Amino acid sequence: MRELSHHVLDLLENALAAGATLVTLRIEEDTQRDLLAIEVQDDGRGMDADMQKRAVDPFFTTRTTRHVGLGLPLLKAAAERCEGGLVLDSAVGKGTRVRAWFAWEHIDRAPLGDMIGTLLGALLTSRSDWEMVFEHRVDGDTFGLDTRELREALGDVPLSHPAVRQWLEEYLQQGYAELYAKQRA
Amino acid sequence: MAQIKSLEELRRLRERVERDITTRRDTGTTIIVGMGTCGIASGARETMRAILEELRTRDMDVNVTTVGCIGMCNKEPLVDIEQAGKPRVSYGNITPDMAPRLIEEHLVNGQVVEEWVVGRLQEDE
Repeated sequence: MRELSHHVLDLLENALAAGATLVTLRIEEDTQRDLLAIEVQDDGRGMDADMQKRAVDPFFTTRTTRHVGLGLPLLKAAAERCEGGLVLDSAVGKGTRVRAWFAWEHIDRAPLGDMIGTLLGALLTSRSDWEMVFEHRVDGDTFGLDTRELREALGDVPLSHPAVRQWLEEYLQQGYAELYAKQRA
Repeated sequence: MAQIKSLEELRRLRERVERDITTRRDTGTTIIVGMGTCGIASGARETMRAILEELRTRDMDVNVTTVGCIGMCNKEPLVDIEQAGKPRVSYGNITPDMAPRLIEEHLVNGQVVEEWVVGRLQEDE
């Protein structure tokens, strides 16, 4: 994975695959504390202790279509290379929380990359029975969205409707442009 | 100055599109992009964005959705095209630069790009 946002999309896809109905994504960039943290929390089926241990093992996956899962171990390795780490909290029937953090300034830290593509990838999922709360904080400034608000405004019109998709893309572009403009100011 | 995107704008958009939604479900086209770990690592997100970009350039009303691992990880990025009344066609190893030709030939000209096909699924299967 070349960008941290690829890992973010992978975490969101994991949450969806676990049957989550509410997924919270938080990204925190704090240059004062030299920190970049990514956290995904879901209310999916969760994992027992044994499964959690194996989830960060590169040769473990719940998938039956293929026998090697590399998402979480790759993220853990990437974080540990950058004076960071990964914690996994999970309980069967309750959900899972993954938090990975990096030294923001670390030379080996991959760029966050295309967060708009990542968010669109998750928002355009064929599953419509879930909600996402997203928040990206950069030194005190915040951009985010809550799909419950979007769906409330949209009624029966799905997020994947071409006109809505276009709106979402522009909304994300605008939100990110403003978030990072404040940093440059 | 650019207009600030708001939920109010989304409500107006809803009123506009609600009228044509029923017909789209019956006759529309859907592009499905595999977005499991294997897909993401092979560039499926970039392929999805290239498809979105091409649809936007051509101003085409096509649904795009993402799904988890489909099970042909060695052929990721996988892109399926589903059109009412036609078999669903699966394309493999679709990189972003292939998106324009895929849309031009399959959606605009109605010609399946045979050399990229990895599978077909009849509608009732």
